[in-house]
Amino acid sequence: MTYTPHTPKQVSEMLATIGVDSTASLFDTIPKEHRFPEVDLPPALSEPELVSVFRKLSERNDDLEHATSFLGAGAYNHYIPSIVDHIISRSELYTAYTPYQPEVSQGTLQAIFEYQSMLCALTGMDASNASHYDGATALAEAIITAIAAGRGRRRRVVMASSVHPQYRQVCDTYTSGMDVDIVTSDDTLVTTDALLSLVDDQTACLIVQSPDFFGRIHDLSAIADALHTQNALLVVVANPISLGLLRPPGEQGADIVVGDGQPLGNSLAFGGPHLGYFACTKALVRRMSGRLVGETVDHAENRGYVLTLSTREQHIRRGKASSNICTNQGLNALAAAVYLSVMGKQGLAHVARLCYHKAHHAAALIDGLAGFCVDSTHSFFHEFVVECPCDADRIRDRVYAQSGIVVGYPLGSDYVDMAKRLLVCVTEMNSAEQIADLARALEEATA
Amino acid sequence: MTEPIIYELGQPGRTGIDLPPCDVPESPLPTALVRDDLDLPEVSQLDVVRHFVRLSQLNYGVDIGMYPLGSCTMKYNPKINEDIARLSGFASTHPLQPEEAVQGNLQLLFEMQQALAALSGFDAVSLQPAAGAHGELAGVLMIRAYHLSRGDTQRRVMLIPDSAHGTNPASTTMAGFRAIELASDARGNVDLAELGKHLNDDLAGMMLTNPNTLGLFDEQITQITEMVHSAGGLMYGDGANFNAMMGIAKPADLGFDVMHFNLHKTFATPHGGGGPGSGPVGANTTLAPFLPGPVVQRIDPPDTGDTVQPSFRLQMPEQSIGRLKAFHGNFGVIVRAYAYIRSLGAAGLRQASEMAVLNANYVQTKLRDVLPLPYDRMCAHECVLQGIVDGAEDIRALDISKRLIDYGFHPPTNYFPLIVPEALMIEPTETESKETLDRFCEAIRCIAQEAIGSPELLHDAPSSAPIGRLDEVRAARQLKLRWLPPDESDADAH
Repeated sequence: MTYTPHTPKQVSEMLATIGVDSTASLFDTIPKEHRFPEVDLPPALSEPELVSVFRKLSERNDDLEHATSFLGAGAYNHYIPSIVDHIISRSELYTAYTPYQPEVSQGTLQAIFEYQSMLCALTGMDASNASHYDGATALAEAIITAIAAGRGRRRRVVMASSVHPQYRQVCDTYTSGMDVDIVTSDDTLVTTDALLSLVDDQTACLIVQSPDFFGRIHDLSAIADALHTQNALLVVVANPISLGLLRPPGEQGADIVVGDGQPLGNSLAFGGPHLGYFACTKALVRRMSGRLVGETVDHAENRGYVLTLSTREQHIRRGKASSNICTNQGLNALAAAVYLSVMGKQGLAHVARLCYHKAHHAAALIDGLAGFCVDSTHSFFHEFVVECPCDADRIRDRVYAQSGIVVGYPLGSDYVDMAKRLLVCVTEMNSAEQIADLARALEEATA
Repeated sequence: MTEPIIYELGQPGRTGIDLPPCDVPESPLPTALVRDDLDLPEVSQLDVVRHFVRLSQLNYGVDIGMYPLGSCTMKYNPKINEDIARLSGFASTHPLQPEEAVQGNLQLLFEMQQALAALSGFDAVSLQPAAGAHGELAGVLMIRAYHLSRGDTQRRVMLIPDSAHGTNPASTTMAGFRAIELASDARGNVDLAELGKHLNDDLAGMMLTNPNTLGLFDEQITQITEMVHSAGGLMYGDGANFNAMMGIAKPADLGFDVMHFNLHKTFATPHGGGGPGSGPVGANTTLAPFLPGPVVQRIDPPDTGDTVQPSFRLQMPEQSIGRLKAFHGNFGVIVRAYAYIRSLGAAGLRQASEMAVLNANYVQTKLRDVLPLPYDRMCAHECVLQGIVDGAEDIRALDISKRLIDYGFHPPTNYFPLIVPEALMIEPTETESKETLDRFCEAIRCIAQEAIGSPELLHDAPSSAPIGRLDEVRAARQLKLRWLPPDESDADAH
């Protein structure tokens, strides 16, 4: 299939206008020996052939629409209301680009402004940007913001080891060329004293995830107070669905809140595109990276929206910009805005409570199985750690083979001493019956 | 024509969705950790639908008309690729499922790595980066890791032409390098004499967009890459303009060591109002071990005579700079881009690049007697003119851009590249017809006449858009970044 419309006659006319005799001669500046190389690609496919090839590929996967899944660990299976895909499929929205021309981009701009407003409400923060690539890159950008806030004099970052392992890896990569020292607490329990003992007068920020990678909820107020007496910032990673139930980090003294917005109406899509959200206090607005939409008026005092504070950004500040980010995850942020609008105050609170209650019900059932143990000394949201009688990846594989249930995420590959531990996630997508099936399947797998 | 903010619609107690009741016994909530209030909209489903549909009507997209935004490659986004990305096998797979359960996804990623390698001539490709700037960061970090692996710790200088995108120097700074700007010569090429001054042991490499942001293919490309290599530096290719290059030349053949692709530009995935994009990086054998990961590897079964299919697995490259993103890149975007590649095949992709370059040269030729053309030679996939009209001294590029909206077109990129005063950077793309290009050129011709005869039409433009020119200074000074109820608004002034 080609999407080029010219007839051969038109091509000839256009070449004549330009004053050359062939399309090949448009490329005379390219060194002759490298011009028009062989490119080894499979032959072109017509539309029906294309559908058939890709359908076959897609069917080599076991998708979660046809399975019972308790897999979370950073990407979550939630119900996406039908209208979300209908709205983001409006081609006025999805075939536009970054709203550089506000007069013909008010749809995109106002939707981002509304996204920013809803993210502020959810996190309890003063300002939100228009999105980052994902939760992990939003966290890396938070480190850069925190270092800038300390005017570059504080180069130490304290990270709880209960932050998502892949987020920590991304932060390491992002900062590898910067003079930044990331110190990771080896205390997976996130005891306030253990974390604060790593904070010194060179520390720019402390990073805590709540609910953390293991699902546990932390009270952040004491940490925030102690950090602020040392002029260091508190960066919190939070699952946005949990904020339908839990006290927002902003109320507990967080300076920056980031996370992955995928649970807000975005498909799993094998890990992307998702979106990273980034929200902060007023004090940090001019240090934050990424696009920002602000309200203003036109000459007739009509309310309208524009990209603003662009003097922070790479296209103006070049090498001195707060970040290199340009394209972000606009359509995913739109999906999040539509999701939050249609769920609304009651819907999001209901989803969060369903997750909470179902997860606790599942944890109680599993804890009652011979050989399995769930540590429930700590409050958790919709994920919890199960201590299994044998290696968790063996249990996962066995249950999957026997019953097709995806039981969760074995923690051994990320934490060496956790080979027998399984991270289980329960959302509103899991019925009481599925939870009972999970308990039964775990029992049978160890019988 | 303004639309209320979603919060201004609806009534307390209203909701847009019905969810099942709780079917398990409820557990006690951790009361001290539970929030008191949640300030989200309370609207019906129809309120939400109408609100966002009305917002969509305030937007301009490729599906409405020509969107010649230079350097952004706003080509047609085939609908079939949207359908394919939504197949449940792609859209509903979890990134942490066991590899055996997602062999289709891994095969697709592997084949995409191969396809990008075939088009670019590179040895290996990583699909991790989520956008072009993210790919740039990957590439410069790879260059850094390479020099460090050889003990070359003093190589901290990255050369960047003055025509480059702002992301290049910003990525360079993030990677801990120092950016030095290189002047362009009178023909829009890298100035070789300037380049010669920086060929020393501090040189880490050079970032070059080719064709560059003037829309020009550098006439001395092989000399440039040889000079940089001779000083021990490496060549980074910014692939933002790869839409001029498919099947035309391979960056690896021209001497680039690493390059990012913008799948949302070259490979027709929708721009989404500002993303998602995807910015894979390709590298030659020198830099391939440093690619971000994981990447996908094919495992061929032992040759037993049986027809066993190969399998695919994720692997970290040997000396990888590490992860740049959680999971496996912007997979959904990669699916669409790979579908595009398979639709066109090698010949179709070459034809796309040829027609993109034909269209840009056609527009350049038709407009060269209307607006000044700062670099008068054959262009690549875009042309850069100046928004200056003789006899209309108070007219600027921005005025011409805004007036184009009244003629039904999206404006080109204005004021970039920075080295061209009053720049209008026009990228028609290959999917626009000759008739559309003729209408576009005619519109510019009319606007240039209006500039002299009735300049107020330009100053007051756009007159047909949903809203007039907006006060950007006020937006930055009286910062309002979120909606608040009227009684709280004043207290929140930043």
